[in-house]
Amino acid sequence: MGKPMKIRASVKDGMTEVKILMQHEMETGLRKDADGSLIPAWFITEVKAEYQGRIVLDAQFGQSISKNPYLMFSFKGGSAGEKVKVSWVDNKGDSRSDEVTISA
Amino acid sequence: MNTNQICRAVMVLALSTSLTAVAEEKAVTDSDRIEQYREMISDGNPAEFDEMRGEELWKTPGGPKNVSLEKCDLGKGPGVVKGAYAEMPRYFKDTKMVQDLESRLLTCMTTLQGIPEEQITAKPFASEKKESDISSLATYVVGQSKGMKMKVSTKHPKEKEAYEIGKRIFNYRAGPYDFACSTCHATSGVRIRMQDLPNMRSSKKDAQAAYTSWPAYRVSQGLTRSFQWRLNDCFRQQRFPEPKFASEATIALTTYLAVSANGAEYVGPGLKR
Repeated sequence: MGKPMKIRASVKDGMTEVKILMQHEMETGLRKDADGSLIPAWFITEVKAEYQGRIVLDAQFGQSISKNPYLMFSFKGGSAGEKVKVSWVDNKGDSRSDEVTISA
Repeated sequence: MNTNQICRAVMVLALSTSLTAVAEEKAVTDSDRIEQYREMISDGNPAEFDEMRGEELWKTPGGPKNVSLEKCDLGKGPGVVKGAYAEMPRYFKDTKMVQDLESRLLTCMTTLQGIPEEQITAKPFASEKKESDISSLATYVVGQSKGMKMKVSTKHPKEKEAYEIGKRIFNYRAGPYDFACSTCHATSGVRIRMQDLPNMRSSKKDAQAAYTSWPAYRVSQGLTRSFQWRLNDCFRQQRFPEPKFASEATIALTTYLAVSANGAEYVGPGLKR
């Protein structure tokens, strides 16, 4: 299982803003190590955010995204005390899911 | 409106936006842009992960004696982490010397947990391949002083002495390039490539801003860097020999820089390009 994410979510004027900080190496597969051999690609391929069973964000990630990616997005609705669930999958089949309670 | 008119309208619109863009560009300097970039990324600082790792290390029993560091005295009593960094380096009675955060952690890890010193100092800095426990612990401790005012004492004669030695090291020119810290950090308004250089000798504001944002996560390296690493890298750039980890010289230099930052709010762990 992947390392934990840091997620914050807050609602203002009917819009919920979600900030996600993921822990991932995000290796492109193009870099070489000290011996000159390629470091295998290892990156997040998909990020999903769910709110009340509905998908509010579905993103495809690739090699161009930095190590420890940070992502911010908003969706309409949501109220304090409710939960938002974020999960990712990487190209090695590893995954991680974390939940956060929306604050006012 | 026929197609021609629409085309013209779009062109006028495009022209006017590009004109405003040019006007704005002139007013915004490169350092403003870097500042803007810093602000944009400051929200999601990956140093938080290092803080989390450090907190767990602090609270988990470890070493040959299998104890946690929760009895470690950082100067405000055993186990008190809150605000400790804002008052470091400081004189410690038990070791009879001035210690900065990292050398104090070294003392705690060797005395409380029984970890041999060489084992810790062999690889004290995080690298791409391996995280460093002492570095993560430091990130955790500094995070517990966030928002507090820097208040480093020079009352004790040893503290005063460390400050004076640090000041001398800062201005000491040597090495193949005849360099000193002050070669780059004692003039206002200069920079290396895109990087503004803080004047840490005579600008209180610069000294404060520089000191209070370290340790920091380096985006270009993907690692949280400790203050000792920062100093070592400065010495490397000056082509000085690499200082021994937790050496008296680096503690003295840290004391000088920390005292120069007194009065400022500590905002680390920071985030750098």
